[in-house]
Amino acid sequence: MFTGLFNYWIVVILMMAGLYIVMSSGHLVKKIIGLNIFQTSVFIFFISMGKVSGGTAPILKDGISVFSNPLPHVLILTAIVVGVATTALGLAISVRIYEAYGTVEEDEISEMDKENRQRETSVSTVVLDKQ
Amino acid sequence: MIEQLPAIQLLLTLLAAPICSMLRNGDQSWRLATIVSWASVAIAGALLHQVWGGGNDISYHMGGWPPPWGIEVVVDELTAIVLLLVTLFGALVMTALRESLSTIMRHQRQSLYYTSFLLCMASLIGITLTGDAFNVFVFLEISSLATYTLIARGRDRRALTAAFRYLIMGTIGATFILIAIGFMYMLTGTLNMADLAERLPEHRDSRVLHASFAFFTVGIALKIALFPLHYWLPNAYTYAPKATTAFLAATATKVSLYVMIRFVFDVYGVEFSFQQMQLGTLLVPLSLAGILIASLTAIFQSDAKRLLAWSSVAQLGYMSLGVGLLNLNGLTASITHMFNHAMMKAGLFLALATMIYRVQSSQLTSLAGIGRTMPLTTGAFTVLGIGLIGVPFTAGFISKWYLITGALDKGWLPVAVLLIISSLMAIVYIGKMIDVMYFKPAPEEFSNVREAPMSMLIPCWIFALLTLYFGLDTRITAGLAGRVAANLLGAS
Repeated sequence: MFTGLFNYWIVVILMMAGLYIVMSSGHLVKKIIGLNIFQTSVFIFFISMGKVSGGTAPILKDGISVFSNPLPHVLILTAIVVGVATTALGLAISVRIYEAYGTVEEDEISEMDKENRQRETSVSTVVLDKQ
Repeated sequence: MIEQLPAIQLLLTLLAAPICSMLRNGDQSWRLATIVSWASVAIAGALLHQVWGGGNDISYHMGGWPPPWGIEVVVDELTAIVLLLVTLFGALVMTALRESLSTIMRHQRQSLYYTSFLLCMASLIGITLTGDAFNVFVFLEISSLATYTLIARGRDRRALTAAFRYLIMGTIGATFILIAIGFMYMLTGTLNMADLAERLPEHRDSRVLHASFAFFTVGIALKIALFPLHYWLPNAYTYAPKATTAFLAATATKVSLYVMIRFVFDVYGVEFSFQQMQLGTLLVPLSLAGILIASLTAIFQSDAKRLLAWSSVAQLGYMSLGVGLLNLNGLTASITHMFNHAMMKAGLFLALATMIYRVQSSQLTSLAGIGRTMPLTTGAFTVLGIGLIGVPFTAGFISKWYLITGALDKGWLPVAVLLIISSLMAIVYIGKMIDVMYFKPAPEEFSNVREAPMSMLIPCWIFALLTLYFGLDTRITAGLAGRVAANLLGAS
């Protein structure tokens, strides 16, 4: 049972590890890495699904009767491109965040935002009271 | 030519996007983007005309490959109305976008912004059109990526953190949907939605299908921003630059809701989703909680944009509640409100963007007294606000009427009462804004603001007039939604 589904166990472990990193880490770049691990686990899931045991690559050639299903592999090619784009954009935004805040730690950023917000609301209530 | 319309609908915006990015002149690319968006509206109108009345759905085979091998494009009435929603409201916002952007962005940068905007529109059209499950995932990701860049261009630095947060949540949501599609493919070996719908029922007791359904529900709920997974939405809407919020609020979440309706009713099947998986038991309480909590939060906001964003969370609750009710009136309300809310919220955000264009702040204090300095914009805002509350003879009333009737059909009196309470809360938060705008004295530095330029004012008023029009003539909204709902429910 365990060895037969080896790939899928790896998928589950990677998926949980990735999601855990996204949730637990406050470092934005680490979050992106977690997201990547999470996505990669899904890629492995699709690729394992398309594999036919004993099958070769799906090439039309004499003497080959059993071959793996190429469709999931092609789908994952697309999903990998999407994943790379997401990672690139995430990292680009992290760089911009670092330029704007001087940190990529989520706690410090939300602390700064909170102060910012308090200032805005306190100003607005004072003005409304005056009116 | 006519039979190629579904493909042209998608390709027009998709191809215009890279051309836009190559034009160095911001004005030129705005002109191109505007022409292309209005052309898409015309095509969407033609498609709606073709499928009007039901029963004559269009199935277009991409590249001539017949389904289930090739990718199929399916246009039925529900598709057509969502296409009209995306293109029409997108085009109206696009028309107003140039003036709105001129104050925050250099000319060369603007063309890139229009590129993202067009890409977002193209991918939303793609999600709506496609009959292929994996395509939905790809277009969903394209639209999300475009949305992240649109949000991150906001002037406030908090726009960046909002975009980042949305990126994390959105990617998790989309990947969950990918897992769900993978499970379905594992069981059936097909990705075509119609084919899936035929083959899935025999696996209804398979745990793989149950897992697939669970992943799909959570993933799409993240995308729709259903309570309690709405965490990314208020900040994203608040800090997105100006008119962009109008487009996002109108389209992104609505198209996700469309995907949910498509999958839950057509692919998984009503019986499986609601009887075996008990989706209704999950949706109804969460939607009600979302409606009440988000409305309450909206009342206490001091920033007009954030207030409207919270109101969006509440209104999305109405739509998911209609799905959860699972009867004709409830589902009709969902689909009608999808269209009506997109229209009213886009109009409200656009009118707000027009005010912000002049006073440079979305704090309620800066908007005080703006009813006297910018009477036309505030007039449009008031009409739209009244529509959102659901006063009779406006579009909002129609959808709320159906929703309450749907709840009463079920014999759920408390639900109907809660809906009326939430409408009262809407009166409070919309009333609070209108009160500040008309009856509070303007801060001195804004006492001589001028009325907004025509290119922003006209789209605002088109939204306002449409709200009144669809409050009286409900053939396109509720009439069509009723037919679609009967179809979806009867398909089981």
